[in-house]
Amino acid sequence: MNSDSLWEVFINACLINNFVLAYFLGICPFLGVSAKLETASRMGVAVCVVMLVSSICAYFIHRVLQALNAPYLQLIAFIVVIASTVQLVEMFIKKASPTLFRALGIFLPLITSNCAILGVALFQTNKGYDFIQSIVYAFGAGLGFMLALILMAGVREKLALARLPDTVEGTAISLMIAGVLSLSFMGFAGLG
Amino acid sequence: MQPEKPIVIRKEVVRRGSADEFLKGLWRENPVFVQVLGMCPVLAVTNSAINALTMGLATAFVLLLSNLLVSCLRHYIPPQVRIATFILIIATFVTVVDYLIQAISLEIHKSLGAFISLIVVNCLILGRAEAFASRNSIGRSLLDALGMGAGFTFALLCMGGVREILGGGTLFGVALFADNYQPWVVMILPSGGFFTLGAWLLLFNRIKQRQQRKQPRLQARLQEMGSEQ
Repeated sequence: MNSDSLWEVFINACLINNFVLAYFLGICPFLGVSAKLETASRMGVAVCVVMLVSSICAYFIHRVLQALNAPYLQLIAFIVVIASTVQLVEMFIKKASPTLFRALGIFLPLITSNCAILGVALFQTNKGYDFIQSIVYAFGAGLGFMLALILMAGVREKLALARLPDTVEGTAISLMIAGVLSLSFMGFAGLG
Repeated sequence: MQPEKPIVIRKEVVRRGSADEFLKGLWRENPVFVQVLGMCPVLAVTNSAINALTMGLATAFVLLLSNLLVSCLRHYIPPQVRIATFILIIATFVTVVDYLIQAISLEIHKSLGAFISLIVVNCLILGRAEAFASRNSIGRSLLDALGMGAGFTFALLCMGGVREILGGGTLFGVALFADNYQPWVVMILPSGGFFTLGAWLLLFNRIKQRQQRKQPRLQARLQEMGSEQ
């Protein structure tokens, strides 16, 4: 069992080891959906929710597999559960709030292939977090993802107005900006 | 004259298809530098050349086997559940690779950490299964997987090599410079990954633009020659 305090776990997941800028998880949506601030924040919220739900599921799956003594099924079980969680969340949001559903649109099914979700499930098991720690970890990771996405979208909205040479446009400049963001997040290293 | 034309075209297609299947993954449709797929491992595990090589080979192995199996089963997988089936197939092979690397070198397995398991969500592998293996014969799918795997490994090595040389002054653990070389530590840190990939993409953009600029000139010259004749 891991004895980190909840605050440590949260700060660690959200800022020090930010999932996007330090672990490079979820780079695809980070580069793909960060062109506009509005879509970026919606995507962030969706990822946060799915992350929390799948983290709780992953915790119980890990317990069950431990009891069955079948660790080699872990990866397969996680990925299946995440895919079905996304489907469930999609159906729930569709029923509960059609406006939110329409706003999220294509992003919901895309979350299945987001490595940050599987990353949270794997890291929390590797680190041996207990139930409460897992939830806090997932929440921190989701908030960190949202923060990185929103920061990036803010910069890219300004960038759309700037004049750039043709060669730099597109992914290359986004990666350079992400590098600078990542540099600035290194400043949080002393917090833990 | 008329009936001959289609035959010529078909010949060309076949020749391009069999020999080019392998080469396109290496260069023209390189998964990392041209298609920008599978970014997470490209950035995360390339802080040294040996990590990059292991990751590249592991991904190529999973890609090869999953392409093979998907291509074998392509007539039996119902289209409604194909994505889920592909992911299950991939996850099975990733579990195999995970245990294989653990058996070969525990040290490398530790430094790669959870990223071996995360091969499951590498969009490159799912993309090839969906776009190529589920539609083509076994031989062509294998060639495609070999090419894409080689291209991916090549790209990872490009990243890992640059980052290890600049960030540590070594390549595959062998010191390259004299003792007074000051390593750029930032290249090994996460932000160095973003910068290195950005720089490689810049280079590839530049090459592509040069080719595009050359092409119209070449075509114009060919047209001129044609009209002169």
